Amino acid sequence: MSALYRTLKYAAILLWSAFVIAPFLWALSTSFKTANGITGGPTYIPWLQYEPSLEGWSLLFRSGGGGIAIGGPYLSSLVVTISASLISLVLGTLAAYGLSRFTYRAGFVRNADITFFFISQRIMPPVVLAIPFFLMLQFLGLLDTEIGLIIVYIALLMPIAVWVMVDFFNTVPRELDESAMLDGCSPFETFWRVILPNSRPGLVVAGLFCLIFGWNDFFFAFTLTFTQTQLLPVAIVALNSSVTPWWSLSAAALVSVAPLVAVAFVLESYLSRGNLAGAVR
Amino acid sequence: MSLVATELTRRSDGVAHLDGVSCALERGRFYVVVGPTLSGKTSLLHALAGLNVPDTGTVTLDGADLAAVPVWSRSVSMVYQQFINYPHLSVYENIAFPLRRRRLAQAEIERRVRAIAETVGLTPLLARLPGALSGGQQQRVALARSLVKGSDLLLLDEPLVNLDYKLREQLREEFLNIFSAQSRSILVYTTADPNEALLFDAEVLVMHEGRLLQVGAAQGVYARPATTTVARIFSDPPMNLLPGSLDGAGLRLANDVLLPRPRHLESLPPGPYVFGIHPGDVALAASGIASEVELAEISGSETFLHVRHADMRLVAHLAGVHAYALGESVQMAVEGAKLFAFAPAGALAAAPASGG
Repeated sequence: MSALYRTLKYAAILLWSAFVIAPFLWALSTSFKTANGITGGPTYIPWLQYEPSLEGWSLLFRSGGGGIAIGGPYLSSLVVTISASLISLVLGTLAAYGLSRFTYRAGFVRNADITFFFISQRIMPPVVLAIPFFLMLQFLGLLDTEIGLIIVYIALLMPIAVWVMVDFFNTVPRELDESAMLDGCSPFETFWRVILPNSRPGLVVAGLFCLIFGWNDFFFAFTLTFTQTQLLPVAIVALNSSVTPWWSLSAAALVSVAPLVAVAFVLESYLSRGNLAGAVR
Repeated sequence: MSLVATELTRRSDGVAHLDGVSCALERGRFYVVVGPTLSGKTSLLHALAGLNVPDTGTVTLDGADLAAVPVWSRSVSMVYQQFINYPHLSVYENIAFPLRRRRLAQAEIERRVRAIAETVGLTPLLARLPGALSGGQQQRVALARSLVKGSDLLLLDEPLVNLDYKLREQLREEFLNIFSAQSRSILVYTTADPNEALLFDAEVLVMHEGRLLQVGAAQGVYARPATTTVARIFSDPPMNLLPGSLDGAGLRLANDVLLPRPRHLESLPPGPYVFGIHPGDVALAASGIASEVELAEISGSETFLHVRHADMRLVAHLAGVHAYALGESVQMAVEGAKLFAFAPAGALAAAPASGG
């Protein structure tokens, strides 16, 4: 029974791993091919089945001659995503602490309503928001700029941070806040010295969500920029011209997931370590 | 004069957490608030600490109103039922935390933390994180953190209830020693367990449904509970309350039990009464009140025997282990000299001289 269970368990894990990893391997192999290696039916093994080439990769660092210099969009994406995520995390965490710990009332509006207003930002489909955002940025003269995108991304990412952090703070016992105050902390000191240092798992989850959603956004990066500013997802899609260069598309895709993979590896160790692991659900 | 609470009332959602509570607490004294769950014990501590604002009423310390003083500027410490410490700080830094907030000199902090750690037996554990300690050790850290400040007001909200029995006994003993050295603080300790209050031999405040029912020395409250409610709260298991009456023939319980009128009840006018008796004073007898066993709880070397005679239910606290079958017939003896008499509305009319 237990031997059978173990066999099935590992078979399932292997199957799932293959399912998840195969596209990456496929992209890796494709990124070293040229047109010859792709058109002649499926090939997998370099040197034996196809002649590996760095052409796909070199296109990413070359402008002109079918190449796209990916460095600029890459840097833009990093700047926009990291700035928007950090600002969203800071503002969202402060808002979430307030919503979790203090009672607000304005007319019929209570804490739960305010929390819902934040989250409701994410209920509308992005298409609905595109035109208002476009007009707003146009009015501000921030169309086609990184600052404009950062503002829009904060509007999109902060609700996620608020949502995750309200949920997290609600699991932190209020007695911890009370103890800190009785020990001489003002409300802000309570947050800063006691609650925040113990909120790492919540911050990691919220930060990860912000980075992933920000980094992977294509729609707003596409509709709110034209020529001056270009983010990575838009640059990658722009590779598609009359001929689809599968090799450089694959290389670009791998380069674009690299930072998320790195972040996931670093933050994962924070998630699985420490006394508050699992404190978020 | 010291800490005075006047007419504290606090309601939320129609429930009275505090209902006109007034009390005066002196420095260097040890107060135990006894009451069942949701009786308002924690609400009272929170109001005294300033953690919640009562709807009406005032709290003054040495005559000065505390309402204007924010929690973080007050001289109050609190130990919680849950073991509340700062998980990201070592035991040393946990204890030092309130001192650092007061910007004490490094040497003074070091001296005070070491001294208090020695008192509560944490010296070998100062470098650890609270998460790496047992429940009892964590509660010692919380206690050390509350003691190190030398607060005017030290509040302990059922601090032992989450510990296992052995540890509870041990810590209770240590608490008593530590508290007796706190000459200038006001100590307020809450518990649902009247035996704990009796062991501490402290001044007792009995609470029920947000109201303060009786204040007095633990032994005194036990010997003369003001009402039937206090009698049930301040006795574990709760006091048996038996409706009956006094008349020329003697003392009647149920409809058909007639006992000779005990001497301490001789001066009472005839009429209906509620008679109370501690479960420890109910015994088995060769001939007595014929009863039927409803339940026999065996706890360690004691037996709690629940019996019924007509509509009258009795609990007897018997030493030793006794096995009874459900529905078995037994004879119960109620010693007249141990009976409390309450008016039908609940107020104490007479108590046994011995204190029951």
